[in-house]
Amino acid sequence: MDIELMAEAFPKILSGLPVTMVLAASSLFLGFFLAIVIALLRTSRFRPLAGFAYSFVYVFRGTPLLVQIFLIYYGTGQFEAVRESFLWPVLREAWWCAILALTLNTGAYTSEIIRGGIQAVPFGQIEAAKACGMNAVMRFRRIVFPQAIRQALPAYGNEIILMIKSTSLASTITLLEMTGIARKLISQTYKPLEIFLIAAVFYLALVFIVTRVVAFIEYRLNPEQRDAARVPTAKDLQTAPIGDIDAGFR
Amino acid sequence: MKRFLTALALASIAFSGAADAKDFKAGSKVRIATEGAYAPWNFTDSSGKLAGFEVDLYADLCERMSVQCDLVQTAWEGIIPALQAGKFDAIMAGMSITDKRKKVITFSRSYMGSPASFVVVKSSPLASLSAGLDALTLADVDAKEKAGLDSMKAALKGKTIGVQISTTHENFLNEYMGDTVTVKTYDTQENLDLDLVAGRIDAALASLSYWVPLLEGEKGKTMAMVGPKMDGGPFGNGVGAGIRQDDQELADMFTKAIDEARADGTISKLSTQWFGFDGTPKE
Amino acid sequence: MTLPDWMLLLQWGDAGWGDEMVRGMLMTLAVAMAAFLLGIVIGTAGAAIKLSRYLAVRLIGEAYTTLIRGVPDLLVIYLLFFGGSMAAMAVARVFGYEEYIEIDAFAIGTIALGTISGAYATEVIRGAVLAVPKGQIEAAKACGMSRFLLFRRIMVPQVARFALPGLGNVWQLTLKDTSLISIVGLVEIMRQASVASGSTQKPFTFYLAAGVLYLVLTAFSNKGFGLAELWANRGVRRA
Repeated sequence: MDIELMAEAFPKILSGLPVTMVLAASSLFLGFFLAIVIALLRTSRFRPLAGFAYSFVYVFRGTPLLVQIFLIYYGTGQFEAVRESFLWPVLREAWWCAILALTLNTGAYTSEIIRGGIQAVPFGQIEAAKACGMNAVMRFRRIVFPQAIRQALPAYGNEIILMIKSTSLASTITLLEMTGIARKLISQTYKPLEIFLIAAVFYLALVFIVTRVVAFIEYRLNPEQRDAARVPTAKDLQTAPIGDIDAGFR
Repeated sequence: MKRFLTALALASIAFSGAADAKDFKAGSKVRIATEGAYAPWNFTDSSGKLAGFEVDLYADLCERMSVQCDLVQTAWEGIIPALQAGKFDAIMAGMSITDKRKKVITFSRSYMGSPASFVVVKSSPLASLSAGLDALTLADVDAKEKAGLDSMKAALKGKTIGVQISTTHENFLNEYMGDTVTVKTYDTQENLDLDLVAGRIDAALASLSYWVPLLEGEKGKTMAMVGPKMDGGPFGNGVGAGIRQDDQELADMFTKAIDEARADGTISKLSTQWFGFDGTPKE
Repeated sequence: MTLPDWMLLLQWGDAGWGDEMVRGMLMTLAVAMAAFLLGIVIGTAGAAIKLSRYLAVRLIGEAYTTLIRGVPDLLVIYLLFFGGSMAAMAVARVFGYEEYIEIDAFAIGTIALGTISGAYATEVIRGAVLAVPKGQIEAAKACGMSRFLLFRRIMVPQVARFALPGLGNVWQLTLKDTSLISIVGLVEIMRQASVASGSTQKPFTFYLAAGVLYLVLTAFSNKGFGLAELWANRGVRRA
């Protein structure tokens, strides 16, 4: 093991951390809105819309993210028509292609999480809300949404972690996030183990922090599930699993 | 505690890197790695088989060395670490012999010369790029060559240039123009071509032996070669077989076989067949 | 009548890439299946380790699942690809074996993906073991069943049933993760699509074809796991 090299690689890979984080954060942010739209479309009574939403989710969950990224980045460049269209300034940039692919992907997975959350709200409550004279918007805002969020949070926490890990695939289309920088360093030093180990440490740390934050939010959102007299201890926050099995895979 | 120490010892051996030397002689098994995505050096044809200059050459060289060869396909990225990890014994993948690589592996003598050149799409403003030079040897740069290099650097200022990762071309750009151009690195040369045609990069830098056949074919009809043919310095001294430093005897066996193939015209024949010019290395 | 471009590109035989793509699909399927089986073996061992009475043993299991699930799969594969055979050789040398150990691409791909899916399978199987009602185990003991009989008659059938949906997810993950292993030189769908699109400059056609092949694989295996669940749950009373 070349400790000196690892020490040198440390700040260089660290410089890719903001790129990784911005990639993950912006696709999660955009993907969340996409997911709400898809989840609502899926419950639509208009069949073609529901069918479209279903196929969207099916296709994006049924194919590897790498295929999606390559299709959007290398695939779109195949067509003269695309290259001359108004879309090209966006698709030309590896950065936007990565965001687009990650957004569509997380949108598909998250819509399922949200749908699960909405379905978990007991129907009796919605009936009761109707009986109280609440309109659809108010029902969604006051009854469905707060409960759906609480229900969906653990699964969504896993989705966040999966997205952070997925950003590493952006390195395959020339983006220099943490993995991209690591690959570049390896091309200069021929020491893959040392450099990838450093990168792995960064990802672990990032995932660790996210896990803790999600566990804390979960703790705050579920007041009835904790003893009122207790403050959260480290142990409470440790129970959140990383990458829970029920979350979507890619 | 004892168990812990054993584990620690094991781990430190595991990470200490390169494996011990293997004895190579006539009759040995030699695993040779190639990429399979760098036509016409080595590529996969539409029947799924490996083909190309090196695919023909390796068979010839192995017969001369009277060893049993096995050609394995591997990704270019990480090909040197994989050699060091013992995944195969030699690399024949259009790899230039450079001082930088010589620090970590050894080479046979060169079996092909390989100057490099820029390529752009014909419609690009860079299509008229010229340094007023035909050839440029970076090992000894005279005043005229220096001026040419500077004018080229000025013309490319602010542009995005694509190269394959871990290549001499990447090193050249970083060394000579790293401060004025954006370097984009690709895992394969073919992905780089896709982005050149798509217009995501302004120019591509690669080996002449790659460009010449490409530009003659269907794929290269929208591309044009610009600027001088460059070699020496970061571009190295021709293309050779990469071998672990511990296995010097294998490198010597390759060198001997390559010298024979040069002498009887095999390399000249194969390079004319695949590249369209005789690239037999001089001395 | 002339065929459209993409059909010519994907035709069968030496002129097109259709047969190569399908062969790539078979390779994807083969390596995914081998890795999934390895993952179940690792997962079973991992679940046993994580359910151990001893804290030190549990910590090993915890470290394994946390590491694998906290690091991008791409990095895990790279690390195992470069580190795996070095480690294997180092261990072999301790036992006096001095030759190179050649691990072929299929084996290294299987090991890398199996290590990843093993971490997820560990969690699935552990959850399934915990889902077996305690009362049943106590009842079996009270009936005088030996540990082995208890394991065979009470645990295995139920754990298998409880774990099935989760293992279905692990299978999907493994299948899709095969797309990351072209680095080891295995000619699976992704590698074949990348080679073909490089050689023909038609990336959209080939990556789309690759996507379709993956969809075929996931759709069929979804169906398969659905049927398996129905079969496993036969005779279970439903509310």
